[in-house]
Amino acid sequence: MLTMAEAVREAMSIAFDERPEVFLLGEDVGIYGGAFGVSADMYHRYGAERVLDTPIAELGIVGAAVGAALAGMRPIVEIQFSDFTAQAMDQIANQAAKIHFMLGGALHVPMVLRTPQGSGTGAAAQHSQNLEPWFASVPGLKVVVPSNPADAKGLLLSAIDDPNPVIFLEHKLLYKIPGRDSVPVGSGRIPLGVAKVVREGKDLTIVATGIMVNKSWEVCEKLAAEGISITLIDPRTISPLDMQPVYESVEKTGRLLVVQEGPSHAGFINEVIAQMAGSSSFGSLIAPIKRLAGMNIPIPYAPQLEKAAVPQIEDIEIAARDIVKNWR
Amino acid sequence: MTTAPLLIGHPLASKEHARHALLYMCRIRKFEEAVEDLFGRGMMHGTMHLSIGQEASPTGMCMALNLTDQITSTHRGHGHCIAKGADLTRMIAELLGKEIGYCGGRGGSMHIADVDTGNLGANGVVGGGIPIAAGAALASKMMKIGKVVVSFFGDGAMNEGAFHEAANLAAIWKLPMILFCENNKYGMSSSTEKAFAIDNLKDRALGYGIPSVNVDGNDVVAVYEQAQIAADRARNGEGPTLIVAETYRWKGHSRSDKNLYRTKEEIEEWRLLDPIPKFVEKILESKLMEQSEIDAIQAEAQDQVIAAVNEAVKAKSAEPSGLLAAVFKEISA
Repeated sequence: MLTMAEAVREAMSIAFDERPEVFLLGEDVGIYGGAFGVSADMYHRYGAERVLDTPIAELGIVGAAVGAALAGMRPIVEIQFSDFTAQAMDQIANQAAKIHFMLGGALHVPMVLRTPQGSGTGAAAQHSQNLEPWFASVPGLKVVVPSNPADAKGLLLSAIDDPNPVIFLEHKLLYKIPGRDSVPVGSGRIPLGVAKVVREGKDLTIVATGIMVNKSWEVCEKLAAEGISITLIDPRTISPLDMQPVYESVEKTGRLLVVQEGPSHAGFINEVIAQMAGSSSFGSLIAPIKRLAGMNIPIPYAPQLEKAAVPQIEDIEIAARDIVKNWR
Repeated sequence: MTTAPLLIGHPLASKEHARHALLYMCRIRKFEEAVEDLFGRGMMHGTMHLSIGQEASPTGMCMALNLTDQITSTHRGHGHCIAKGADLTRMIAELLGKEIGYCGGRGGSMHIADVDTGNLGANGVVGGGIPIAAGAALASKMMKIGKVVVSFFGDGAMNEGAFHEAANLAAIWKLPMILFCENNKYGMSSSTEKAFAIDNLKDRALGYGIPSVNVDGNDVVAVYEQAQIAADRARNGEGPTLIVAETYRWKGHSRSDKNLYRTKEEIEEWRLLDPIPKFVEKILESKLMEQSEIDAIQAEAQDQVIAAVNEAVKAKSAEPSGLLAAVFKEISA
């Protein structure tokens, strides 16, 4: 069983083997193997030119990736922590995202920006954020949030194929965890913009992203023993967003719980609620939509404080049970 | 209207070269004057950043480049675009929001790109194009295709982090890149005296281990000569060069500028250093052309710009119907 770090590495290696124009650049991706060990031995297998160590210069690194992509290469750029994309935001939001549209379609930017995000490592406020709403609010970026190794592999291969800039957000607590499903051998792709129905039930629909899919799965298992059956949906890509399975599920269950790790205010998951509220499936709801998200605070350091800042399995369990029990 | 093919080489190498350099400088001048006129008559909206007075720098630089060599440009980018060989009609059409404009009306003055002539795009963000140029130069090096990439930027951009990060990457990776600073003395209203604690902007290159040179940015011959040296260095794998071209922006930063931060006398002093008569004098000295031939070239540039405006005005306006489909490039099967 591959972990997510191994699955991401396998996808990159397949892309390296398939296309000579694919290369990886970033801080310490070379002989060090990446801060989280994702590129590992790729430096030895592919050489220093294709696994390119950079100085600590996020704006320059992403800009170089944009320019290389414009000029015919297909860069994968690793930013060591998603928090540091703030340093590179001009190149991400003003350049990469807009070039194809703004310059009349003559140029495009086939670039993947991979970066670890999320809390749970005791690294505090500048190394623990979930920044997907930053990227999702910029037209021109595709945004992927994989929740397991098998999806990460297939989605990353599609992201590398894509002629547009793709932000690929990897939760760092998932790196060392094998998935429930084994990672398929070979170079199979999972298209961007297709949500996954992780399991099906009749009492409640949970929409969760990233690591919250795993936490929600635990809750589904536990509540199944109590006779509560839950549909769990993982959007996988949040731009573009596939809402169809959510509508179809809510029409059956009548109840919706949405879960994300990032802060609730202006969070991505609110888009799911907004689209549901405007859909014809809204009338199927028999309960108010319940939202679980991180507190609206910077991620704190101490373990008990950090844990309190984001939804835990127990929080999801309580919310799920309450909706089903209180709204019949 | 199609453009004449680019001519590479010293502006005084032959009559044809002199004609090319003069024609392109005059085209830039007449183009910018036409833009100002269209604005004044209310035919253009948005804003504009004119490069009148700076024509020698892009012309001299681009005469040292092959068609396949690439550039990134700035908000004050019309001159770079024209010097690299862009089509005047499609440029004007873009400013007028027409379908045949370079960006289909989606970009406007600050976002013209022309892949056919190696122009990777103007940029609305100061310094935004410099890391992109480094990346294109990295691609050239990785693909071993020998392209040189020039990033044009102004003095203001040299205080942006993007300049420093890109200059360092270009230096450590020995990229085939030219960092071309048009020091027109002001970043909007901030003079270089206010914005820099060094006297000579070229000294910034020392910190990166990059050779650098000052050049009279109003002398197309001097610009070409330094550009040629820098391009040779890039092609020979010797890495980047910083060229600081000393020039001056005659007009305000953009249409809202009331010129409160500089004196009329200063502007007048620089007007006397007009790059076009300066080159005309050199042509006459070299005896490559008679005055009558020079006059004819200047008239030709004016006619070309007028023809471009007339054609662009008649073109079909861009429609909003295709906007949503234009955000992403389609995935080919």
